[in-house]
Amino acid sequence: MNQESVMHYQVDPWNYYMMRVRRRRMEEEDEMERVMRIVSESAVVIFSSSSCCMCHAMKSLFCGMGVNTMVHELDQDSKGKQMEKTLMRLLATNSTTLPVVFIGGKLVGSMDTLLAFHVNGSLVPLLKQAGALWL
Amino acid sequence: MVCYRGVLKGDLLDVRISSSGMNSPSAQFVSSRRMSVYDPIHQINMWGEGFKSNGNLSASLPLIDEADLKFDSSQSEDASHGILGTSHKYDQEANRPIDKIQRRLAQNREAARKSRLRKKAYVQQLESSRLKLMQLEQELERTRQQGMYMGGGLDSNNMCFAGPVNSGITAFEMEYGHWVDEQNRQISEMRNALNAHIGDIELRILVEGMMNHYAEIYRMKSAAAKADVFYVMSGMWKTTAERFFLWIGGFRPSELLKILGPMIEPLTEQQRLDIDNLGQSCQQAEDALSQGMDKLRQTLADSVAAGQFIEGTYIPQMASAMEKLDALVSFVNQADHLRQETLQQMSRILTIRQSARCLLALGEYFQRLRALSSLWSNRPREPA
Repeated sequence: MNQESVMHYQVDPWNYYMMRVRRRRMEEEDEMERVMRIVSESAVVIFSSSSCCMCHAMKSLFCGMGVNTMVHELDQDSKGKQMEKTLMRLLATNSTTLPVVFIGGKLVGSMDTLLAFHVNGSLVPLLKQAGALWL
Repeated sequence: MVCYRGVLKGDLLDVRISSSGMNSPSAQFVSSRRMSVYDPIHQINMWGEGFKSNGNLSASLPLIDEADLKFDSSQSEDASHGILGTSHKYDQEANRPIDKIQRRLAQNREAARKSRLRKKAYVQQLESSRLKLMQLEQELERTRQQGMYMGGGLDSNNMCFAGPVNSGITAFEMEYGHWVDEQNRQISEMRNALNAHIGDIELRILVEGMMNHYAEIYRMKSAAAKADVFYVMSGMWKTTAERFFLWIGGFRPSELLKILGPMIEPLTEQQRLDIDNLGQSCQQAEDALSQGMDKLRQTLADSVAAGQFIEGTYIPQMASAMEKLDALVSFVNQADHLRQETLQQMSRILTIRQSARCLLALGEYFQRLRALSSLWSNRPREPA
């Protein structure tokens, strides 16, 4: 048995490698699907961490505007780490990115993008369009 | 027997001479100019030997001049007595070897002259070193003051910048000085341009120049925040009046809009609406960031407090406290980001001429705040 598996590895190293790559890709797709599923469930979805203060600031911002948000605390989620990695990939960045906000199922970004949208007046129409804000 | 005791002072030897009886016809004066180790006892023995060999004055030993002994004024009286007494005796007794004596005297004069020159050089060197030291101290004081009082003149209310010198902060302070100079220049230029009623195209160039200049200060602040976030948070580079209005390391955008509003009249209805919306958005963003800061303060306080009571977990608590300080950097960056976005949105809402007037008013407002700080710190104070 031992010898067989060893032989298998020695004989098909490329296939072995490709098998692992494929499995990882599937996991990543699963993660991405999971994220997509979560963000489509609510008009405004915030990926946050309960100890992160900038996340608290983002939650306060929406709260102050009278917008209901669904908050996903990644440090309290069993698959939180992988989701954070998926988000990092979505934002094309290597540094920790929380908080990340999705409006109407579409990615908006981190706090600085959100503030920029709010200051230039495009946040409110976006929220209205997603049904998170009524006049 | 004449006893000699000497103390080495720099290059010159200060010879203490105390006579205890004058049996001998000659007195020997030894000057050990370049000796680094002076052994008084040894010297006395040497001279004692020289004595015994019939007052054989070794021509190789340079003789001390009266002037050198005056170097130490407390002994000059004794010394001159000794010398005068001795030379008098020379003249009386040694008539035969007149040439020898003349030569000796010449050598003496020569040595004395050289000694005087050396002493002069030494004293000059001391004086110039003292001058240099004073200059260095002055410069140090000046740079220290500049570091503490940048942009505001002498202000005794500033806190001292404690801790090791932070090169990132020092660099920032220097750059800030240049930034303020450039800002003042741009403000004057804008004022002249508006008074001269120049065209929109040239005005746009000036407006963009000022906007880019503000972008520059935010870049500088971002780098400084990485070097020392507390420095940036406390607005240490600003004058006292500016610091009074401080919010997360800078001005509060909504407050500024309220001040500048009346200065950019007349506005169209749409502009008025847009400015109101901008003000509201700024207020909401500021409140959100302030709430985030409150949470940060609370968790930081908890981290620090928890460390004191639970033994063995003090160090891990400090690690989490340090992490919180990293979060502080991101708040400073977000606040600056908000300021910059507000300025840019203003320039989008307003016409070029209105933007120019707005930027001029903004620049002048901060100039006046700095002037106020200066006036306040230099006001005549009543004696206590």
